[in-house]
Amino acid sequence: MSETARTQPKHSASRIWLPAIVFVAAIAAWEAYVRMAGVPAYILPAPSLIVTTLVADWPVLSVALLVTLKTTLAGLALAVIGGVALALLLSLSRVVEYSIYPFAVALQVTPVVAISPLLLIYMPQEIAVLACAWIVAFFPILSNTMLGLQSADRNLLDLFALYSGNPMTLRQRLASRLKALWLLRFPAALPSFLTGMKIAGGLSLIGAVVAEMAAGSAGVSSGLAYRIIESQYRLNIPRLFAALVLLALTGIVIFLVTSALSRLALRHWHESAMEPEA
Amino acid sequence: MAASLQPQSASPLVSLRGVGKTFANGLTALSAFDLDILPCEFISLLGPSGCGKSTILRLIAGLSEPTSGSLAWSDATPADHRSEIGYVFQDPTLMPWASVADNVWFPLRLRGVSKREAASRIDDILSMVGLDGFARAYPRELSGGMRMRVSIARALSLRPKLLLMDEPFAALDEITRFKLNDDLLRLKRELDCTIVFVTHSVYESVYLSDRIAVMTPRPGHVAATMTVDAPRERDARFRASATYAKLCGQVSDILARAMILPGGAS
Repeated sequence: MSETARTQPKHSASRIWLPAIVFVAAIAAWEAYVRMAGVPAYILPAPSLIVTTLVADWPVLSVALLVTLKTTLAGLALAVIGGVALALLLSLSRVVEYSIYPFAVALQVTPVVAISPLLLIYMPQEIAVLACAWIVAFFPILSNTMLGLQSADRNLLDLFALYSGNPMTLRQRLASRLKALWLLRFPAALPSFLTGMKIAGGLSLIGAVVAEMAAGSAGVSSGLAYRIIESQYRLNIPRLFAALVLLALTGIVIFLVTSALSRLALRHWHESAMEPEA
Repeated sequence: MAASLQPQSASPLVSLRGVGKTFANGLTALSAFDLDILPCEFISLLGPSGCGKSTILRLIAGLSEPTSGSLAWSDATPADHRSEIGYVFQDPTLMPWASVADNVWFPLRLRGVSKREAASRIDDILSMVGLDGFARAYPRELSGGMRMRVSIARALSLRPKLLLMDEPFAALDEITRFKLNDDLLRLKRELDCTIVFVTHSVYESVYLSDRIAVMTPRPGHVAATMTVDAPRERDARFRASATYAKLCGQVSDILARAMILPGGAS
């Protein structure tokens, strides 16, 4: 008991320090290699140069970051709305579930890279990019939310049936169903919905980047992925790396925010959000 | 040995006559099940696993309909009895996202009682089951025995006439089970409700019950009922007494004979 009490804080601190040390060591090795071997910047820029480029090109890159971020977040938001709404619809009726779910799966398993050129033909560029982000982010939310809604405790649903009175009319039946949904199924679905959202956050960014690359057109509305392609054509490799760093940071921030959201929502009751016992 | 049918004269609270239940998958859980549940008695349904004990409780609660036979309440006009029933499952089946108080509030909430109106009742019931000061705790933070207490408190929140308990203590350790057995007897005295208690433990059924209905294996029916001939006040002394041992022996004999009865093709 006393032993775990002693190792616990050290253990959680090491989860921050260990990767930090690895990160710093890797960056230092990279910097040292580039300097000592005299690698030209158009092949491999040093980390210091990437940071300098990031600062110098900030006016261009920040605009691009904003565009990609907007697409990603809008895609995620639409995926949450669409995914939860469709999951509700499918969970209310088996007939609807059987008739629609296979198409949602088909949409998911088709690689989005292959769909994006088509979308670009049918839609204006901005909408097409958004649609791509939505398509990839939508499915994990749909399938996880559906799983959650269906995993409500049968005994609790029995208690609900026992105490909520006998619904006579169709309207009462619907009202009682919605009440069970609100009181029992929604809370039961929350953990898996949040898991779906954690996955969808990353996927939405991937969808946005893929679509931007496929779109490949210049202009005010071009995001980070477009800047990466453009830098590659111009052999502006430091800027390519800088854009890549921003994309990676965006992904990390999205993951951290969705994880924090999940922990906040589940902190009292779900095993996944429990603090290890001190 | 009193293995007779209904010797009591009081009119039953619920009576089941020739009740049969066959599920959609063709499984016959019950056939020709007869039983009278008398007001304010503690009756145990004792039988092997899968003999349809839980199905009986579901039928009484109106959560499922009998395939054949009839189930009647004592009142002259048929009424909705569901708010007069408390139901305790083998698992505590609490809502993990809700505090202890909110879990106990659940049946009241479904009957349209607001949290504010229910507050004092929730407090009373929690102290009755020995959970003072745990209203704001979450189920995850409680031990197995305490979760079962919350489950019992929830079942009692509507002050039910009839409490249905489906092997509620089967998953608990013996020390906790003995404690909860005593507390259940005390609650029964305080609330004066009828309890139908499903168990597969001979010892538990003898300790708790006024009457024991021994069931055959599937398809289940009542092989014999036995009145437990002992004072209602029971404690550790009763558990150690010769009377208790003798009663347990009798019930074991009845159960052993019920296991080989025809109709009980397992």
